[in-house]
Amino acid sequence: MALLRITSPHLTRSGNTGHVMFLVVLATLPGLTMLTYYFGWGNLINVVWATLIALTCEALVMLLRKRPVGFYLGDGSAVVTALLLGLALPPLAPWWLTLVAVSFAIIAAKHLYGGLGQNPFNPAMVGYALVLISFPIEMTSWLAPKALVTDIQPVMSFSETLYHIFPFLSAEPLVDAITMATPLDAFKHKGALMAEEFWSQEPILSPRSWAAWQFVSLGYLLGGAYLIYRKVFTWHAPVAMLGALLAMSLIFWSYDPSSFASPQMHLLGGATMLGAFFIVTDPVTSATSVRGRIYFGAGIGILIYLIRTWGKYPDAVAFAVLLMNFAAPLIDNYTQPRTYGHQSGRSS
Amino acid sequence: MSDKLWDFHGGIHPPENKTQSTQVPITTAPLPARLVIPLQQHIGQPAEPLVEIGDKVLKGQMICAANGYVSVAVHAPTSGTVVAITEHTVPHPSGLPDLCVIMDTDGREQWAERSPTPDYRDLERTELLDIIANAGIAGLGGAGFPAAVKLNPSQEVSIDILVINGAECEPYITADDMLMQERAAEIIQGIEIVIQLLGVKRCLIGIEANKPQAIAALEKYLLEHQLQQQIELVTIPVKYPSGGEKQLIRILTGREVPSGGIPADIGILCHNPGTCAAIYRAVVLGEPLISRIVTLTGAALASPGNLEVLFGTPVSELLAHCQLQEDKLDRLLMGGPMMGVALEDPSLPIVKTTNCIVASTRDELPQSGPEQACIRCGMCAEVCPATLLPQQLYWYAKSKEFDKALEHNLLDCIECGACSYVCPSNIPLVQYYRYAKGEIRAQEHEHTRSEHSRQRFEARKARQDQEAAEKEARRTQRAEAAATKKRSQSGATTDDAAATKAAVIQAALERAQAKKAGQQATAQDPGARDLKTTKPQPKQTEEPAGE
Repeated sequence: MALLRITSPHLTRSGNTGHVMFLVVLATLPGLTMLTYYFGWGNLINVVWATLIALTCEALVMLLRKRPVGFYLGDGSAVVTALLLGLALPPLAPWWLTLVAVSFAIIAAKHLYGGLGQNPFNPAMVGYALVLISFPIEMTSWLAPKALVTDIQPVMSFSETLYHIFPFLSAEPLVDAITMATPLDAFKHKGALMAEEFWSQEPILSPRSWAAWQFVSLGYLLGGAYLIYRKVFTWHAPVAMLGALLAMSLIFWSYDPSSFASPQMHLLGGATMLGAFFIVTDPVTSATSVRGRIYFGAGIGILIYLIRTWGKYPDAVAFAVLLMNFAAPLIDNYTQPRTYGHQSGRSS
Repeated sequence: MSDKLWDFHGGIHPPENKTQSTQVPITTAPLPARLVIPLQQHIGQPAEPLVEIGDKVLKGQMICAANGYVSVAVHAPTSGTVVAITEHTVPHPSGLPDLCVIMDTDGREQWAERSPTPDYRDLERTELLDIIANAGIAGLGGAGFPAAVKLNPSQEVSIDILVINGAECEPYITADDMLMQERAAEIIQGIEIVIQLLGVKRCLIGIEANKPQAIAALEKYLLEHQLQQQIELVTIPVKYPSGGEKQLIRILTGREVPSGGIPADIGILCHNPGTCAAIYRAVVLGEPLISRIVTLTGAALASPGNLEVLFGTPVSELLAHCQLQEDKLDRLLMGGPMMGVALEDPSLPIVKTTNCIVASTRDELPQSGPEQACIRCGMCAEVCPATLLPQQLYWYAKSKEFDKALEHNLLDCIECGACSYVCPSNIPLVQYYRYAKGEIRAQEHEHTRSEHSRQRFEARKARQDQEAAEKEARRTQRAEAAATKKRSQSGATTDDAAATKAAVIQAALERAQAKKAGQQATAQDPGARDLKTTKPQPKQTEEPAGE
């Protein structure tokens, strides 16, 4: 009788990393739907294109490392990285921009550090930061939302969008797309205008177009709530981040509402919600204990506000996350929970 | 009974799988033809055999005596003949054989003389402890710590609470459940003996809420005998591992056993219901511990249930009794699926700490998938009942940073397996921790050994130095004597420093010449050394002044 002889435990709950990643993909759908509804097909095409690049890069590295390709593609982490970049990049980001961002994220930010679980920095944010610094013009021109466009011209068709992203596919010259800055970007460059004047002048922030941005953010919030409900991650890091950002913006905005952006704008106007629920919660690169995740999230919230308000970049999720990625091991070092039977966290 | 309950961090809810083995009452396992009785069925020193090959033994006769204080005697589970005292496979994670007394049973079940003490209340503490020690009682809950030792805590601690661990949180196992259902009287009377021994005022029996019949049975007995004031029955929420000693103590009392300490440090003693029943039988009936209740379960058994099994009964006989379907059997476990040991050899015997045998099919306990990368999702940390950071311990064990693992309290890990259970990457975390603990133990052992050899070396060196110093002192004395003699002979101004210097130079020159010539060296040297040793003379004259 050949009996299996391994040490305990002999019982494990079914489920694997691929399943966790699948839930994350599922949770991005409300946000992606909103993006597609208000800004056209661009992000959807980006997501598919980014996924193709990511899987190819992942497979390539696994072949080079002589690992079973199918097994590692199955963990789904490359798909998630691609998905997040596809959502974060502008809808009309040219094909090569996505290629640079995604391939750098997968090959350099993830696999050069040893692959999944070993990377100190969030791969998607490394890719995003790279193209943001290298190609600022492409990165800051966002498509005008549908609500605003309809008065002028209909939202871009699928093929038009596709040709904008892959210009070599089209034989005819392209119609110019109507692009404009994101609300945070516009606010940052409002110059000497008072906030009240800014709001009345900038067409991008008419109530109808402002709603487009808010609904995208609420889509991400919905997806994030689902992931907390499914226990993919805990509420600590996202709530700490949103709380810190809310507190910072509330303090300065109530001090001088004419110069500082409102909390609503900070929370719903940019990549805040995408960051809070899909970037900050990346377990590999965040602090690991419950207390640590609170500090980690709060640090990102504070940094986002500082960079948005006094820094060079209008949206700051990527840089704030990367900076806190640096700090994660240090946070882990000081936030060990109190073990049963111990007086304090760390035994010495 | 309306006591406040505390919660412990984490915990999991694996499928309970307990009902399979609670459908039928406890039955007695058939008497096997041969028993294999290990000398070590407990924590501590192995017992020492008292019998020889060919000896006839009676049921309950002591066949191995406790060897030292932390050791437990072993008794013949039935009457028969000792046929061998040899190595045999025993239930141990290592799978290594150990010394066993092997006896053929004669089927007569002839008891040795028993000395029941129903009026134990008049007995002295030490007399009671002696009875328990001589009955060979080791803790039946799992670790098998000698009961008499546990019941005799050091004088420095005062025990105020007795905790009876009837939680039985491991899936599949129902031995304590059935025992509490059917033998509530024995358990409670055993508890009364323990209470008398310890002089405690509070006794708490903790039972998971999924055992309503056991709770009812105990409650009935307590009410009938007006004991509900003294012995409190506490129903605790179902959560694995609430039956871990440290976790149960926290749930019932809110106290935490200090790291590296024992419950007695915080005034608590913890016993298993089975141990209490065994104490009752030993004291009141005069019967030593020779059998226990074992759960036989798993989908590969056609008729699972709980059996009263004599120690030394081979597992294979019990499996046959419960109608094992061999073609279905995939894994054989001693203990439950969370903390049990996988058995390779079904011929090994039931011992005092065996509470369950699971004969599982492949579908029942499927092998976990291949290990994936740790993504630090932290699910392990959420369920860890010791509030550790399993994901960090895993990194440190894997990278052999054992000092960091110790800083993260690796040694507080109770190996309950909750972390491995929830890990979405199928990482066998507990195996990493066992590896790290083993390495740390080996390093400590190595350290102790090198410390010993260092001490030995230093002692030897000190001795040698002392000998050399004594030798040197003797030589100096001789040289002085010689110099004084020389001085008194010549009467010249040898104490003049310049003259001495000149003599030294002269001697050095001579030595160099001798070396050059390559001859007469042995003749020259002694002279030169003699001259040299005259040099410290001024120092010698200084010494009295210094004193």
